[in-house]
Amino acid sequence: MSRISKAFFTALWFMLLTLPVMGIKLNLMENRVDWRLDRVLYLGVAAFFLSMLWTWLFSRKKRNLPLIKAPAFIKIDFYGLSANRAVRRGFFASLILGLIAVPLLASFYQTNIMISAMLYIMLALGLNIVVGLAGQLVLGYVAFYAVGAYAYGLLHQYFGFGFWICLPVGGILAALFGLGLGFPVLRLRGDYLAIVTLGFGEIARLAMLNWTSLTGGPRGISDIPRPGFFGIPLNINEATIYIYYLALIAVCLTVVVVLRLKNSRVGLALQAVREDEIASEAMGIDITRAKLSAFALGSCWAGFAGVIFAAKTTFINPASFTFMESAMILSMVVLGGMGSISGVIIAAVILIMAPEYLRAFSEYRMLIFGAIMVLMMIFRPQGLVSGEKRDYQVSALARKEADAQ
Amino acid sequence: MTPALEVRDLSKNFGGLRALNDVDLRVDKGEIVALIGPNGAGKTTFFNCVTGIYQPSSGEIYLYNPDKTLLNGKKPNVITALGMARTFQNIRLFGEMTALENVMIGRHCRTSSGILGAIFRDKKTREEERATIDDSYALLEFVKLHELWNEKAKNLAYGAQRRLEIARALATEPAMLLLDEPAAGMNPQETIELKELARDIRDSRGVSILLIEHDMGLVMSLSDRIYVMEYGGCIASGTPEEIRANPAVIKAYLGESDA
Repeated sequence: MSRISKAFFTALWFMLLTLPVMGIKLNLMENRVDWRLDRVLYLGVAAFFLSMLWTWLFSRKKRNLPLIKAPAFIKIDFYGLSANRAVRRGFFASLILGLIAVPLLASFYQTNIMISAMLYIMLALGLNIVVGLAGQLVLGYVAFYAVGAYAYGLLHQYFGFGFWICLPVGGILAALFGLGLGFPVLRLRGDYLAIVTLGFGEIARLAMLNWTSLTGGPRGISDIPRPGFFGIPLNINEATIYIYYLALIAVCLTVVVVLRLKNSRVGLALQAVREDEIASEAMGIDITRAKLSAFALGSCWAGFAGVIFAAKTTFINPASFTFMESAMILSMVVLGGMGSISGVIIAAVILIMAPEYLRAFSEYRMLIFGAIMVLMMIFRPQGLVSGEKRDYQVSALARKEADAQ
Repeated sequence: MTPALEVRDLSKNFGGLRALNDVDLRVDKGEIVALIGPNGAGKTTFFNCVTGIYQPSSGEIYLYNPDKTLLNGKKPNVITALGMARTFQNIRLFGEMTALENVMIGRHCRTSSGILGAIFRDKKTREEERATIDDSYALLEFVKLHELWNEKAKNLAYGAQRRLEIARALATEPAMLLLDEPAAGMNPQETIELKELARDIRDSRGVSILLIEHDMGLVMSLSDRIYVMEYGGCIASGTPEEIRANPAVIKAYLGESDA
């Protein structure tokens, strides 16, 4: 009952607040006031139901109930299925097959969207090493993406280097920049680190913008060649499909590398540094080395993505590397769940695809984005996927099981 | 007797405050030594200086494992690699990680596979990982936590967390183990088990132990020798019997009598 009355008063208050904006319209032609109370009423009804939903969600959160429960008649045990090896393999195989088929079935436009989604997956997984695993909040990540893209653009413009030479060079250059940023910020944590890295991102963008003699300033670099296919000239459609497959391979490699890294000795050390720096130092981890390797690895991936991005668009300028991009990539990591690989991929796909397919709502894009972020932080601060535990094969336990049988 | 840890004239100033004042301390190989004293006497500061978290203002710290090494100015991770491990007064486990993973972190300084090994997973890396997992599980068995190996550290009971910290410290293969109030918050039964565990660590692994503890029953029955600190200085040292009879210690703990 209190919920209904609370929602009622919320709606009333909302109607009162919006009355001047929504309900009153000055008709300048006839010099009179048009009252549009019906619109205010609709808004009130909407506010009433939204408020009911809001308090209901909060009451569930308070009682530690899941917000959404699958109805009882669906008796599929998703957790059991995901643990089953054959099912998991089948799922990944069909996913890969589906992704291979995309450019053959979908249009040019959709293939392009998929390429940018995959670039963002690479970026988000790279940032996931720094933010998710090592716990170092970096806000200027897009700078490393720019380093990769500009490395290709400039090396081609001045020395005529091709895509395949620039791909490793771009990655290594970005990693060096990562180390360059890493050294001075080793002692910083949390907010301070975020501020310094934010500044670094801005410095990189301003340098690109103002160093006109080298970078071309706001005009950027144009006529960057698409990657060559054994010397065979490709038209724009074929080249896009080719880049799609390149990006797909790059994403698969990224997933494998990040997954292996996460589960390795080094990855475990990074997670320890995230949890407690003093304890990890006392347990024999060189935190300087751990943090620097995280910075280098994370930015290296941004460099690779940058080179592919430059090859895809054939034109780059500083406008592609604003703080908004850094924020977007960071949101993917946070939304997906810090350190979780599957979660970050899902979040990257959602955040890139949704605005493309919801062009009708493009005016409200940032509004919806903000609302989703706020809701996530309230109801699921740990991200979409969290609390994954790795399966360890302990010999002693395996022997015990074998003895029991 | 060969020493395991030797500290000479150790001092530490925080601005104008002298937290440690010319402390001398020696732990022989295979000994269990306790460091006691009222709150604020500088015991934990002493631990932090010895393990490299603080830099001492003056004095020398030597670790024998088996060669004599000066520890001053070395970073904590280097000191751990040289053979000294510690636990913390306010438990500092990696809460989001499982018990097994916590111990695996302790193996970090005794293993070597790097980033390339992680990416390519060559035979050496896989074998090292296999050994790390099995060694860590064996250590969990040693502290009787093996049934909880896949639980997150933050979900373990208090006593279990203390034991997990000890297992994690042992994973670094120390010659010298520093325990900072290991029995704090434990019930009598757990304290007895801890005493047995400490003796077991010394006897079966040859690890020398230096512990800070407030539980006098535990200190008196467990340690071979005791150092007493007050106001940053060492006021007495000796066997438990000697300490029990020492007037300076009684004064520090009970205050001066009016008579």
